[in-house]
Amino acid sequence: MLPGLTRDEILRYSRHLLIPEVGLEGQRKLKGSSALIIGTGGLGSPVALYLAAAGIGRIGLVDYDVVDSSNLQRQVIHGTSTVGKLKVESAKAKLLDLNPDIEVGVYNEPFTSENAMRIARDFDILLDGTDNFPTRYLTNDVAVFLGKPNVYASIYRFDGQVSVFYAKEGPCYRCLFPEPPPPGLIPSCAEGGVLGVLPGTIGTIQATEALKVLLGIGEPLIGKLLLYNALDMSFDFVKLKKNPNCRVCGPNADIKELIDYEAFCGVPSHDHDEGSAGAGWDITAPELAARLKQNHLKLLDVREPHELEISALPGAVNIPLGTLAARLSELDSAEDMVVFCKSGTRSARALELLASAGFKKVKNLKGGINAWAREVDSSLPIY
Amino acid sequence: MATLKIPTPLRSYTNGQAEISVRGANVAEAMNDLTQKFPTLKPHLYSGDGELRPFVNLFVGENNIKDLQGLDTPLDENARVILIPSIAGG
Repeated sequence: MLPGLTRDEILRYSRHLLIPEVGLEGQRKLKGSSALIIGTGGLGSPVALYLAAAGIGRIGLVDYDVVDSSNLQRQVIHGTSTVGKLKVESAKAKLLDLNPDIEVGVYNEPFTSENAMRIARDFDILLDGTDNFPTRYLTNDVAVFLGKPNVYASIYRFDGQVSVFYAKEGPCYRCLFPEPPPPGLIPSCAEGGVLGVLPGTIGTIQATEALKVLLGIGEPLIGKLLLYNALDMSFDFVKLKKNPNCRVCGPNADIKELIDYEAFCGVPSHDHDEGSAGAGWDITAPELAARLKQNHLKLLDVREPHELEISALPGAVNIPLGTLAARLSELDSAEDMVVFCKSGTRSARALELLASAGFKKVKNLKGGINAWAREVDSSLPIY
Repeated sequence: MATLKIPTPLRSYTNGQAEISVRGANVAEAMNDLTQKFPTLKPHLYSGDGELRPFVNLFVGENNIKDLQGLDTPLDENARVILIPSIAGG
């Protein structure tokens, strides 16, 4: 039995009620439906705002992060006044201001194998707006095991992807991507950047797909993947088929319960700046400052050239990570060297490459030039 | 020549080029031409034993080559090949 609409709700949703594909019954469907949004960042912002505005009766928000000023270039659900506050609380307040007739449940915790089934069970649809591979595989598997649609979107720089993974009717995320990329091969948005408006474009498409699925109208992106590029302003669609060998939704699936997704992907389930090369390979910013006072050290900056305009260390040699393999001959493996980037992730990859090429006297600046700016030289900006 | 569309994460290995014209009668030859033109791209697409990495998907037109003839999928002069990596940003 669908819930009815109050007089105020009829007025609020009048532009929906005028569309025959939605109408009064569709709006009542939306009021009676629920959506779990995993991540309240770039994608989660427009998704949550538009689903709340559309009158989804119950919205769940999962995130354990706090609002940072570097989020505000794209995470429009938050604001300057909520910097430092929990993202789920910041988002909840905005949603209830936009639409006080809906219910917003918050889960201020990481989405993990331990809690994901319990959290997701009570929702009709999942929306994947996370920022890392482990949580994407986890969200997929939860959706498959619970038989729920997973409206997927992901972004990087100018590129976006959207699909509806619904194993009952089509392929799942693992059918397309059976395995994650090797750790470090695909940069994250924290390292590679993202055009601020991109999650707006992609997130609103994601919200559109969720509304279509919940209303049962149109042709949702089940079995189709949308590829968007903002620079080319191109929209490409490709067909996705169920993979008969899929380990989660295939006929001979051997993964029957949630696994350890961080181990599966080889990376942590967050996209924070805390790059480390591991014990014995790191040097902290204060340690580096002390070493530089005592003796000469070669500094290797593996960031892209345009990043040097933001901040730089004097005397450092710039060889971007992407070209390092081809330019090893410019470096002396006998020399003591510290490699750095913005936050320590790319330099950790560079260190692996250097170590495998026989460089033994190399250290990684833990936390990158941002750590140097925080702990040694406050005249440098943090980005 | 077929056209191969390069996604943003890999464009730093193709001098920023978004679309590359490649020679080859099938996908394997076209990919070989691509990695000869841009050798630093190769380790990102192929594992050490020369296999295409499982997270890399190649589509000819709108079809995954896994649903066609794999790397043997023939290409005509006007074929459009799209390389789709997994990205995780949100």
